[in-house]
Amino acid sequence: MTTSGLRTTPFHSRTAALVRGQTWRRWAGYVVASSYDLVHDLEYAAIRGTAALIDVTPLFKYRVRGPDSAALLDRIVTRDVTRCALGQVMYTPWCDPEGKVMDDGTVTRLADHHFRLTSAHPNLRWLHQNALGLQVEIEDETSETATLSLQGPAAREILVRLADQDVTGLRFFRAAPANLDGIPVVVTRTGYTGDLGYEIWVQNERAESLWDLLVATGAPFGLMPTGLLAMDVARIEAGLLLIDVDYISARQAMIEPQKSSPFELNLGWTVAREKAPFVGQRALEDEREHGSAWAFRGLVVDWDSLEALFTEVGLPPQLPTTAWRTSTPVYADGKQVGYATSGCWSPLLKKYIALAHIESSHAELGTEVALEMTIEHRRKQARATVVKTPFFDPERKRA
Amino acid sequence: MTSASSNSCDALVIGGGHNGLVCGAYLARAGRKVLVLERRPVLGGAAVTEEVFPGFQFSVFSYVVSLLRPEIIRDLDLPSHGLHIVPLESTFNPLPNGDYLATWADAEETRSELYRHSPRDADAYQQFGRLMQRMAMAVKPLLDISPPDPASWRPKDLLAMGRLAKHFRDLGEKDFHALVKLMTMSSADYLGEWFESEALKAAKSASGIIGTFLGPRSPGTAYVLLHHYMGEIDGVFRAWGFARGGTGAVSESIASAARRFGAEIRTDAPVRRVLVKKGRARGVVLDGGEEIHARTVVSSLDPRRTFLEMVEPADLPEDLVEAVGRFRFRGSSGKVNLALSEPPNFTALPGDGPHLRGAIAIAPSVDYLERAYDDAKYGEFSRRPFLDIVIPSMIDPGMAPHGKHVMSIFVQYAPYHRTGGWNDQSREAFGDAVIDTLAEYAPNIRSAILHRQIITPADIEAVTGLSEGNIFQGELALSQMFFLRPAPAWADHRTPVRGYYQCGSGTHPGGGVMGASGRLAARAVLADGGS
Repeated sequence: MTTSGLRTTPFHSRTAALVRGQTWRRWAGYVVASSYDLVHDLEYAAIRGTAALIDVTPLFKYRVRGPDSAALLDRIVTRDVTRCALGQVMYTPWCDPEGKVMDDGTVTRLADHHFRLTSAHPNLRWLHQNALGLQVEIEDETSETATLSLQGPAAREILVRLADQDVTGLRFFRAAPANLDGIPVVVTRTGYTGDLGYEIWVQNERAESLWDLLVATGAPFGLMPTGLLAMDVARIEAGLLLIDVDYISARQAMIEPQKSSPFELNLGWTVAREKAPFVGQRALEDEREHGSAWAFRGLVVDWDSLEALFTEVGLPPQLPTTAWRTSTPVYADGKQVGYATSGCWSPLLKKYIALAHIESSHAELGTEVALEMTIEHRRKQARATVVKTPFFDPERKRA
Repeated sequence: MTSASSNSCDALVIGGGHNGLVCGAYLARAGRKVLVLERRPVLGGAAVTEEVFPGFQFSVFSYVVSLLRPEIIRDLDLPSHGLHIVPLESTFNPLPNGDYLATWADAEETRSELYRHSPRDADAYQQFGRLMQRMAMAVKPLLDISPPDPASWRPKDLLAMGRLAKHFRDLGEKDFHALVKLMTMSSADYLGEWFESEALKAAKSASGIIGTFLGPRSPGTAYVLLHHYMGEIDGVFRAWGFARGGTGAVSESIASAARRFGAEIRTDAPVRRVLVKKGRARGVVLDGGEEIHARTVVSSLDPRRTFLEMVEPADLPEDLVEAVGRFRFRGSSGKVNLALSEPPNFTALPGDGPHLRGAIAIAPSVDYLERAYDDAKYGEFSRRPFLDIVIPSMIDPGMAPHGKHVMSIFVQYAPYHRTGGWNDQSREAFGDAVIDTLAEYAPNIRSAILHRQIITPADIEAVTGLSEGNIFQGELALSQMFFLRPAPAWADHRTPVRGYYQCGSGTHPGGGVMGASGRLAARAVLADGGS
C-alpha cells in the first residue's frame, strides 16, 4: 500500500486506527507512528515499566543463504561471523576500505547456511559487490517481512503466554523460531531500547494477526503501542547510535571529517582482533595501534548549571519534551572539543543527557566540558560531565 | 540478634521512612557509618507498599509522588535501585449532573474540555498555570535551604534573610503581590479571581486542602495550591505520578541506595529513647533495652515524638517544649483501599479509558467541599467526603492479580478528634460513607469490591506513629511553615541537644514524599562535622 509515494507497513491498518494526532514519522521510505497518544510520556513509561509494542518494519532486511553465506558476511562486517553460533545475533557495524563506518545492524544465524542481515540503509549493492566468486544467494526481504519490537520489563511474561516453545530461555542476543498461537515467527532477544525485549519477525500475511495477538495478550500486562518518539528517548538512555544522526555513513559523507571509524563511535569492541580479512581491516588495525582522534561518549548536563542559566533570564528550566538531534558544540577550556549529536531529558533518570563526539584528549570519563545551549535566543554554555554509556543499564536487559 | 559491630556507629537514624532513609543514605555517602532503625517489619513509614490482601499490593498510606526532589533521585542514583515514577496524566472529576470535568496531558485537549464548561476559563487556565509556575519559582529557593529566622540577629540568619529579601524584591511588583495573595487567601477565593466554572474551582481548590484541617474557604489554603506546580519547574513535566511497585518502591530504592553506600538498616527495631548526657546525644536505647552508641542521632519522627518522647523535656528549653506542644497535627484524612474485580464504571464516562489511568476526584463544587469540612469541624467525618482516587493497577498491572485492580481512595475529612472517638463501628461507618459517595458516580463499585481496607486517622497514628494521623507530620499551614517549622529558632534541622537532629517532614520544607528534609538534615550534620 502506498500513501503519496511513501509505504505503509503491514501493521498500518492497526496502527492508523490508534494514532490520535496524525503524528507520523518517515523512516526509510515508510511512515510509522511518532506517537499514538497526543503526548508520548506513557509510551515511554511502558518501555521502562511494563511493555511497549513498536512497529520497526522499515529496517532493511536481507536473507543471505548458501555455503559461503558466513564467509560473505564475515568479509563485510567487523565482527567474526565464523564464530556466530546457530541462533545467535551479532550487533555489528561495517566499514569502507578506509575503516570508516558505512552502516550498522545485526547478523542473525538462522541455520548453518542461512543468515539475516538488518541494516539502517540499503545494502543490496554492497552485498553483491562483495559476493564475487562466493556461493551465496542474497535476497532483499524488507518488503516481505514485518517486524514488531516488544520491549519492557513485562515483555517476557507476555511472550511466555504465547510461545509454544519456551522463550524464557532465550538469552540476550539469541534468536529462535517460534509459533505464537499458530503464527510462525522468529523471535530475537534484541531491541533498540536497552531494556528487556524482543523483536518478532513475521511474514507480511500474518502481520495483522500477530499485532492483534500481542495487543490482546499484552493488555493485562500494561502493554502499549508505542511510537518512535518514546523509543528515541529510550535509545539515547541506552547509548545506542542512530545513523544519519549520530554518525554519517561513509558512503554518504562528502568530506573526510564527516566519517567515523568504529573506534570513534565507541564500537571498538565490535572490531574482531583475529579474523579473516574483511573490508577495512588494515585501516582498523592501524587505528587500533595508533589511537583514534575522536571518541563517542555520554554527557550529563549539570543540573545546577542548567538551572542557573535559566534563572539568569528569569525562567524555570525549559527541558526538551522529545529527543533532539541537532549537532551542538561541546567546549572545554574555552575551545570547541566536540559536538553532541542527540540529547534528551531522561524522564526516568531526571537527567539531561546527550551523546557526543569528543576529541580523544578530552574524552576521559569524568572530564568536565560545556555543552552549548540556546537560552532565550542567546548562546550559553552549561557544565557537563563526560560519562560512559549506557546511561541506564538495567540488569533485566541481559538477565 | 545484633552483631557486636552494630552496637556503635557514627550516626543513628530513628525511623526508616523515606526521610530517615534519605538522611541515612546521604550520611553514608559522605563516609559515615550509619545505622537506620525502623520500628516496623517493613521500611518506608507512610511510604510503604504492602500486600494487604493476597495478590493485591497497596500503597497503603501515601499514594502519589510529585515532589520527590530530582536531585535526590540523581545523587542517590535511585533509578538504578529500581525507582520508576510513572506520570499521572489526567484528572477526572465526575459531577452530580452526569457530566464530568477532565484535564489531560495535552494542553489543547484540556483547553477544549474546559471550553465545554466555560470558554472564559479555558483561556484563563493557561495564564493561571504560567502565574503559578512563576510563583513556584519564587518560592523554590526556600525549599533548598534551611530557613533563616527573620527575628534572629545571628550573622548567618541576617545574611540569608538579606539574600531572600533581594530575591523577593527581584520578583517585580505584580508577582510579589500575587505571592502575598497566595500566602494569605483561601484557595476558593484565590481561584474565584480566575475562574467561573464551579467544577473547575472545586477541582483545583481540593488540592489546597489535602492533609490540612481547613476548608477551601479557610485563609491560607491557597498557598498549598502552589505545591502542585512546584514539581513542574524541576524537570518533572507531569508533576504527579506514582512509583511503579507502589510508594513503598520509593522507600525501597532509597534503602537500597543507602545500603550500597554502606548504611546498615534494621527493621523491627523500635527506639525507646535517645541517650542524652550533659546536653549531648550519645545514642539510643531500643525497646528491648539494647543500647546503641553514636555521636550523632537523627530523628525522622514527627516533632512531638522527636522532642517530647525521644528525649526528656528537661533537656530542652522551655519555650521549645511549649512550641512543640502547640504544634498542630489534627489529622484530617483517612484512606480506603479497595481490591476490585473490575474497574469502576463511571456514569459520566462509561467504560475503560484514559480517565481511569489518571487521578479521579469527587469534588463537584466548592460548597460540597466546604460542607464536608463543616461535618469535620463539629467532630464528625464527612457524610459526603472529598475523594482523591487512583487506580495504580491500570498502569502498573503487577499491583493486582491478572485482570483485577487496586484502588486507592484518599478521603477527607476524617477528623482524628472525632466525637466519640474511633472504633470498629465508626471505622466501618466511615468506609460506608466513602463507598456510598463513590457509588453515586460509579454504581458498579459495590459489586466490584472484593476486599476493603479502611484507615482512619487513628489507624494512621497506630501503624505509622504519625501523631494524630497527620500525613505531613504536622499541618502544612502557614503558621507552621518555613522558619516556624517545627518551632522558631529550631527550623534548621538541629535541636538544643548537641548531636541530635531532626529530619522528618515535620521540619522545613514539609511533607509530600519530598525527601528534602532528610537531605537538609544530613547537610546540617555534615556541616557541623558531626560524628
